[in-house]
Amino acid sequence: MITDLAQMQPGETGTVKAIQGGYGLIRKLQNLGVRPGKKITKVSSHFWRGPQTVEIDNMQVAVGFGIAKKIIVEIDECK
Amino acid sequence: MQIEKILLVGNPNVGKSTIFSRLTGVKVIISNYPGTTVEFSQGQMKLGDKSVMIIDVPGTYTLKPTCEAEKVTVQMLKEGDVVINVVDATNLERNLYLTLELLERKIPVIVALNIWDDTKHRGISIDIKKLEEQLGVPVVHTCGLSSEGIKALIDRIPEAKVGKMSVSSDGDRWNKIGKIIEKTQKLSHRHHTLLERLEDLSIKPFTGLPIAIGIIYCAFLVIRFIGEGLIGYIFEPLFENLWLPLMMSLSNYLGEQTFLHHIFIGNLIAGNIDFIQSFGLLTTGLFVPIGMVLPYIVSFYLVLGILEDFGYLPRLAVLLDNFMHHLGLHGYAIIPFILGLGCNVPGALAIRILEERREKFIAATLMAIAIPCMAQIAMIVGLVGQRGGKYVAIIFFTLFVILIVKGLILNKVLKGMSPEILLEIPPYRIPQTQAVMKKLFMRLSGFLKEALPLVFLGVLFLNTLYSLKIIDFFADIFAPILTGLWGLPKEATSTLIVGFLRKDVAVGMLGPLNLSTKQLVIGSTILAVYFPCIATYMVLIRELGIKDMLKATFIMIIVALLTGTVLNLIL
Repeated sequence: MITDLAQMQPGETGTVKAIQGGYGLIRKLQNLGVRPGKKITKVSSHFWRGPQTVEIDNMQVAVGFGIAKKIIVEIDECK
Repeated sequence: MQIEKILLVGNPNVGKSTIFSRLTGVKVIISNYPGTTVEFSQGQMKLGDKSVMIIDVPGTYTLKPTCEAEKVTVQMLKEGDVVINVVDATNLERNLYLTLELLERKIPVIVALNIWDDTKHRGISIDIKKLEEQLGVPVVHTCGLSSEGIKALIDRIPEAKVGKMSVSSDGDRWNKIGKIIEKTQKLSHRHHTLLERLEDLSIKPFTGLPIAIGIIYCAFLVIRFIGEGLIGYIFEPLFENLWLPLMMSLSNYLGEQTFLHHIFIGNLIAGNIDFIQSFGLLTTGLFVPIGMVLPYIVSFYLVLGILEDFGYLPRLAVLLDNFMHHLGLHGYAIIPFILGLGCNVPGALAIRILEERREKFIAATLMAIAIPCMAQIAMIVGLVGQRGGKYVAIIFFTLFVILIVKGLILNKVLKGMSPEILLEIPPYRIPQTQAVMKKLFMRLSGFLKEALPLVFLGVLFLNTLYSLKIIDFFADIFAPILTGLWGLPKEATSTLIVGFLRKDVAVGMLGPLNLSTKQLVIGSTILAVYFPCIATYMVLIRELGIKDMLKATFIMIIVALLTGTVLNLIL
């Protein structure tokens, strides 16, 4: 199933498919390890469109809600 | 090869400063969150029989800078002879991007694979030999905290080589990194440790918010407990039993009406020295910074140091992100606020971790106006607290309301949007006693070295102004505002003047004025909001530029006028 990071449920794991943003955003996310092809697990989601925290390569990153909507993820089907 | 300047370059929060401190013996502030170092520091190190300069540059993810701190790094790169690329071994893949960029340049590089000790229990194994082959430059494993591998690193600095990577695009670099990782790193499955469970709990909203409230409450209790304990059991007895008799004999020796008596001892209150009211250099001038402020500085920085090294602050930033958006900021702006509670100067410097001019401006003015520094807080607690805890609470509640109202207004008025948070959250690490103590002593000696002279200067300045009757001149000019709007005696003008130098002395000066409780509350609040101290102001001019700082000053004056008037009307 293809969705975005904001809609992913905490605990779900998927693969980053694309980042629908400008060059600057893509770079900044890359710097933190978020880029197409990476396995990503949603850790938590804060109320009222708050930041989303994810785990990538053993490391946690907090991503604002608006940015999370631009990160397209394919969720693993195994569950 | 002639080596004169060595640069420490790496991603944020990989331990560059720890290695820097190990190499040079120079003490620098080290914490467990990205962006601790916003300015570069330099020191000397022996390499063979020569002394070379080592520069600790702010962390960067890439050589194509995306923010102010990163620009500094890229600029510095041109001046170095060798780069020690500090890499987080627990996060090899992401860190290698910067390494490849460095290897594409014409500068010799040696890689320090830091935080090596953490790889084992994280189930990461890295083949250093193979990594060296792949990168074509020396790779040394290190652990900055325990100084493991530092000697090997020094020994191999002369082997640093210019990389042979061809300049490539983003995608190519990541492809290369993927191949390198495949050949050199193995991950094995492992169970979550207790700390990692705690990491998850403190970032999920349902458990994280109660944990945050608990931590802040505990921090507050501990700061108060240690601060009051130090004052009650150590500093007050010292001043009362040892220093007071000494000062009394000095007072008798000098004679009450002499000039020297006035400068050193100040005024006698009913024939006795009163450490709060006498206002001489050796009485109040010493008692305020050491007897009243220092104990709280000790307790605040001890607790802050532990929270910093544990890695809690970035999590608090995430939890508060939503709230901070209403003020036109994102969650990470709490870092300058929290540092500002200790002293506004490091708080002002930390504004550099924010990217855009708008958020810098909002964060700077909010901090300068609504975040009192620990010196000032200690004085308010000491002085206003005598009239009842309720009044101290009124002052802090007022400041909190100002913070929110001003943030809401600035967010509405200023063009643009609050930027979104995008932040790496470091793993929890158990703070090491030695490291926490070292940082505490650095901050304490910083306070004593920078604040003590200014306190003396403030007291001296005040006494001179009084003797020359200059205060009376200003008092008459400002009387309409002070008495008319704020309900304060015109003599309080002197506190506003000294407040430019030191806020703690200024609050202390309210003591001898025989104010009513209401006046004391208004006076203390105005001293907190009207203007930051001169040291903070200078840093803010540098960070924001003159033009923005003039705007900020205008806001400060308006806020002070309004706050004093409103408090005078409703209290």
